[in-house]
Amino acid sequence: MTKELSNKVINIKPSGIRKFFDLVSEMKDVISLGVGEPDFDTPWHIRDEGIYALEKGRTFYTSNSGLKDLRIEISNYIKRTQNIIYNSDDEILVTVGGSEAIDIGIRALVNEGDEIIIPQPSYVSYEPCTVLADAKPVIINLKAENSFRLTAKELKSAITPKTKLLILPYPNNPTGAIMEKEDLEKIAQIIIENDIYVMSDEIYSELTYKGKHVSIASLPEMKERTILINGFSKANAMTGWRLGYACAPKEIINQMRKIHQYAIMCAPTTSQYAAVEALKNGDADVAQMRQAYNQRRRFLINAFKEMNIDCFEPFGAFYVFPSIKEFGMTSEEFAAKLLQEEKVAAVPGSAFGQSGEGYLRISYAYSIDNLKTAMQRLKNFVEYLRTNKV
Amino acid sequence: MREELLSIIEKNSKIGLKELSVLLGQKEEDVLKELEALEKEGVICGYLTLIDWEKTSIEKVTALIEVRVTPQRGQGFDKIAERIYNYPEVKAVYLISGGFDLLVILEEKSLREIANFVSDKLSTLESVLSTGTHFILKKYKDYGTILAKKHEDEREIVSP
Repeated sequence: MTKELSNKVINIKPSGIRKFFDLVSEMKDVISLGVGEPDFDTPWHIRDEGIYALEKGRTFYTSNSGLKDLRIEISNYIKRTQNIIYNSDDEILVTVGGSEAIDIGIRALVNEGDEIIIPQPSYVSYEPCTVLADAKPVIINLKAENSFRLTAKELKSAITPKTKLLILPYPNNPTGAIMEKEDLEKIAQIIIENDIYVMSDEIYSELTYKGKHVSIASLPEMKERTILINGFSKANAMTGWRLGYACAPKEIINQMRKIHQYAIMCAPTTSQYAAVEALKNGDADVAQMRQAYNQRRRFLINAFKEMNIDCFEPFGAFYVFPSIKEFGMTSEEFAAKLLQEEKVAAVPGSAFGQSGEGYLRISYAYSIDNLKTAMQRLKNFVEYLRTNKV
Repeated sequence: MREELLSIIEKNSKIGLKELSVLLGQKEEDVLKELEALEKEGVICGYLTLIDWEKTSIEKVTALIEVRVTPQRGQGFDKIAERIYNYPEVKAVYLISGGFDLLVILEEKSLREIANFVSDKLSTLESVLSTGTHFILKKYKDYGTILAKKHEDEREIVSP
């Protein structure tokens, strides 16, 4: 073929994680700290429900919006955790992971040339999805001194007359940062004053270690301008089931549903039946996993403290984001060298945006034993670097 | 802290005080105090090791024995349970609701020794009405730990 492929797509950079993945996959005996998914298996009662759905022959499409029972459970869940009321008929859309909700949410909101504010470091898909929707990404480089929270001042200076949407990715991948209620209130005020929308990606909402997660949609006048995104991947250890959802005013959901209907039809049926069980009877599992993550989080923070590596205390998700600036390397160089020398794989912070440069994303979705070995190796590496520098 | 502490050491009694204090986010001295209190109160009854004997060359046979007994006046089942649990080869004795009264777990070196115990010692006890012996053929899971196979991490090495 001689005809050119889409320029828009050609110009999108492949994910920085992909590049690192190719490097890792050639090596043996690597201890990984690089995953963005739970190490726990999906709790058995949820898997069992999925199997039951298959046995019963529930293998057809569901309605475009998703199973009615599931939407009701989602509505109940958000009411009991955030005290926000979403109508299960027309304000909830079940999607293929949170990722689909991000994509179609952006597409449903923007026109060509609209600006989308994206705080970084953050999940890798916001920027490409913005570009694919012909909108313009406006990046806010979050700062470690603010514990990677978004400040009102940063938001204000990024807003222009063309701003349509703010992406609010908290609890955050890769930094582990959270936004507490008082942080959100300051942000909400500016959002309302400037009449913009918010896409609140709350996929890690169940994994916070300093009080309960607060959704920005629960603040006054915010529900009407917020797309709340969540899913089952992180809280219920269901990444491979590919199931998420969006909650928003029906005017927005109606538009999102059209894209979903033509591009996807419906989310996987087996997964939807399993997810009903997850929301009905899964709270105890979630609490148990949260406790295990929290123990590992404390373990890692202590390990970095002992190594004298600068690391702010993250209160969300399952990542720590230590600074490696003292070693005078880019995070890609550091990660590559750590992999070569000690066979530890961690994702360079720069994969999550320019402001992630100088940091490393360490995932603690691993057993304590695994983390112990990895920290010992990291310690060797850091000591080696420090002695050879002086 | 108590519940979380217990849930950690239930899975790993080998864990050191320092690590425990890190995982719990508590001071070492406070964790130690709590451990001592738990031991004193008899909440913590011992620190055991979970062994899969099948993987050793040492022969062991385990039997679950259902025992029906006549409870004794004034003492219920306690007296007879005591007579049974005092045998060192008896690993566990539970009072059970349903079709029988006591469940006795017995560990011996051979089938014959189990048979001897049941016929000579257990059945001859005055208040024992009947026994039913079940031999364990294979342990798949014990004390919440799956023995059958190792769990492997099948995730991609890096993912966003």
